Amino acid sequence: MTDMVFDAGNADAVLRPSLRRGGRGALWRRRLAGFVLVMPMLLFSLALFGAPLVQTLWYAVASPEVGESLPHVAAQIRRWDGEGLPPDPVYAAMAGDLVEAGKTRALFHLASRLNYELTGARRLLTRTETRLERADDPPQDARAALIAIDKEWGQPEIWQVVRRAALPVTAHYFLSAFDLRQEPDGAIVAAPAENAIFLNIMARTLWMSSVATALALLLGFPVAYLLANASARWRGLLLIPVLLPFWVSLIARLCAWIVLLQKDGIINSSLISLGVIDSPLPLLFNRLGTYIAMVHVLLPFVILPLYSVLQAIPPTYMRAASSLGASPVRAFFTAYLPQALPGLGAAASLAFIISIGFYVTQTLVGGPKEMMMSYFVAFYATQTVNWGMAAALAIILMAITLIIYVASKRIFGADGAQA
Amino acid sequence: MKTRTWQFLVGAGMLCVLATGASARDLTFTGFGGASSERVSKAMLQPYTKKTGIKITEAAYDGGISQMRLMVDSGNVTWDLVDVEGQDLYRGCEEGLYETIDVKSLIDTNDFVPSALGSPCGVGWSSWATVLAYNSDKIKNPPTSWADFFDLKKYPGKRGLRQGPQLTLEIALMADGVKADDVYKVLSTKEGVDRAFKKLDTIKSSIQWWTSGAQPQQWLAGGDVALTAAYNGRVTVAHNQGQPLAHIWNGQIYTYDYFVIVKGSPKKEEALALMKYMLSPEALAAQAKLIPYGPASKKAMAMLEPERVAEFPTAPNNLTNAVATSNEFWAEHLEDLTERFNAWAAQ
Repeated sequence: MTDMVFDAGNADAVLRPSLRRGGRGALWRRRLAGFVLVMPMLLFSLALFGAPLVQTLWYAVASPEVGESLPHVAAQIRRWDGEGLPPDPVYAAMAGDLVEAGKTRALFHLASRLNYELTGARRLLTRTETRLERADDPPQDARAALIAIDKEWGQPEIWQVVRRAALPVTAHYFLSAFDLRQEPDGAIVAAPAENAIFLNIMARTLWMSSVATALALLLGFPVAYLLANASARWRGLLLIPVLLPFWVSLIARLCAWIVLLQKDGIINSSLISLGVIDSPLPLLFNRLGTYIAMVHVLLPFVILPLYSVLQAIPPTYMRAASSLGASPVRAFFTAYLPQALPGLGAAASLAFIISIGFYVTQTLVGGPKEMMMSYFVAFYATQTVNWGMAAALAIILMAITLIIYVASKRIFGADGAQA
Repeated sequence: MKTRTWQFLVGAGMLCVLATGASARDLTFTGFGGASSERVSKAMLQPYTKKTGIKITEAAYDGGISQMRLMVDSGNVTWDLVDVEGQDLYRGCEEGLYETIDVKSLIDTNDFVPSALGSPCGVGWSSWATVLAYNSDKIKNPPTSWADFFDLKKYPGKRGLRQGPQLTLEIALMADGVKADDVYKVLSTKEGVDRAFKKLDTIKSSIQWWTSGAQPQQWLAGGDVALTAAYNGRVTVAHNQGQPLAHIWNGQIYTYDYFVIVKGSPKKEEALALMKYMLSPEALAAQAKLIPYGPASKKAMAMLEPERVAEFPTAPNNLTNAVATSNEFWAEHLEDLTERFNAWAAQ
């Protein structure tokens, strides 16, 4: 989206002088023509990028379950002020709605939703529904009947949670993503220590991405320098190993790393037969293995933008610095590096943004201590089918990406995608 | 890279949706892959296809009900007959993920063990166990209990455990001195769960987590782990194929696998007919000859050699200090404890 707005701005700047010559009608015609040309791209982005984004945002705060599964409860519970226990009509509505919801999977979605906020709510709801259904006739005194099934119905907690979940939006998922939880009475408190996880994971995501980016820059810079200063023939040859990983699937590359790094793999067995080490090094299913595989994926994304910037630096500057008496090191740091900075900035932000989305790599060559945020997005989306949690974490991940993108543009004045 | 992967996945997903929508698919059986699915394929599915001419597509998964939740919720049911673990039979049945079946029309209920019956959603068919396995080439002085599994001095090296709270917490408690019969009583209290995690802390940095039942055998054979929790049948199959793997029975955790039909399956009738065939004593006995997982049918048991029967988790000699998995406990606590496990494992 950002790129498109940017391009439209450029187009406008190009068009403007000619617009002044034409009349007002010509101006609008040209604008319309431009707009029509951009239209397919705009629609494409809206349909495949904008709409899912808005939907994800909505999933992260939406709370439709009570309204859908317990429509009468949702209507009645609004009149209750949340103090003590709700009035009789709420109990009657609950008894009726539960049996109705039990006929479809709506009851399960509702029970899961309430269980996020109150452990045990799932069992309470499914058990109550089963007992009510078995009783055939709707109970005369719903309050007494519900409390007879489970005394939890005589406590305010479950009702407070239902009342809050009956609102169309909830802060639950975002609170959980920051290791916070809302008590039934509304107070926001820190999650119990044994369940706190996401602040730790966020810090780890940023740290591991920074380390992988730094390593990729350190390894990639000399290669990019070599590429930029090699003769055309050598350059072609050197580019092949840089580009080759793009043509091999990520899974195949990771499996190759497993073969290389495992306990009796090629690296360990060669080192042992050479007498460098006595026992195999732990290279797999840990942080080291994860960094190795991450950096390997990142290298082309670092080398290519760096190369495009470095090749534009005329070698005369270094020669001029040397002829003025600078040592090669000083010439590099004062004459060369400052000109390479936009390339470094672009490469670093690109590598970092790719890094924070890593997911498959850790699953195959890391362990639970290497899992970053995207793993948990996938975990909630595919394992527990908790879309709200997956959406909230995805939005936070995207917000971090946007902040880094904007910050790197401010600092380096370079656009990762343009370099 | 990430965007590319996603674009590819979304594209591939759309193609799959189009493909399944456009053409009628074959009957599908989904199992746990590896040696577990191989014996189903050889002893049950291939003979069935030969007999009836009905083609069967085989799929594999690592257990859990999330894939079936997505299928049922999206209305795009691509699996028919599925092999599920006990707690997933309970959870999925309660959620309405499975078709209700008339068990009496499929089997002689008097012939099946009680653990296999009682659910309106599925029938238990084979018993299997999680056991302590080791590499007999590398370990000359075999471990005798889960306490040895936690003894890093006596048996240096990594430990393989299934990623997740189930099995892991039972094993930790047994290693901490809880008797097999008391495991779920202790685990039902918060103190018991704390105790299990505290015990796991003592070997945390040495644990290598597996997700698929095929992994522990590879790790043991390759020397990546010194000791591991593994499924008894797969260890024996690997052993019979010439790998130096062995396991002990003390502290085994056994349970049954169940056949279910995914709710809304377009091939419900075909799946029922296949299920009836697979639950016949002959088919159950045939599969047990390929892997030591005990059939739930007494008639099938009678067709097997006594030496084979002695290798089943339910053989009397193997049942001393054994834990019968509590499907009720895990159906109720799996999600809360998974959350806690994830937070613990990620630290």
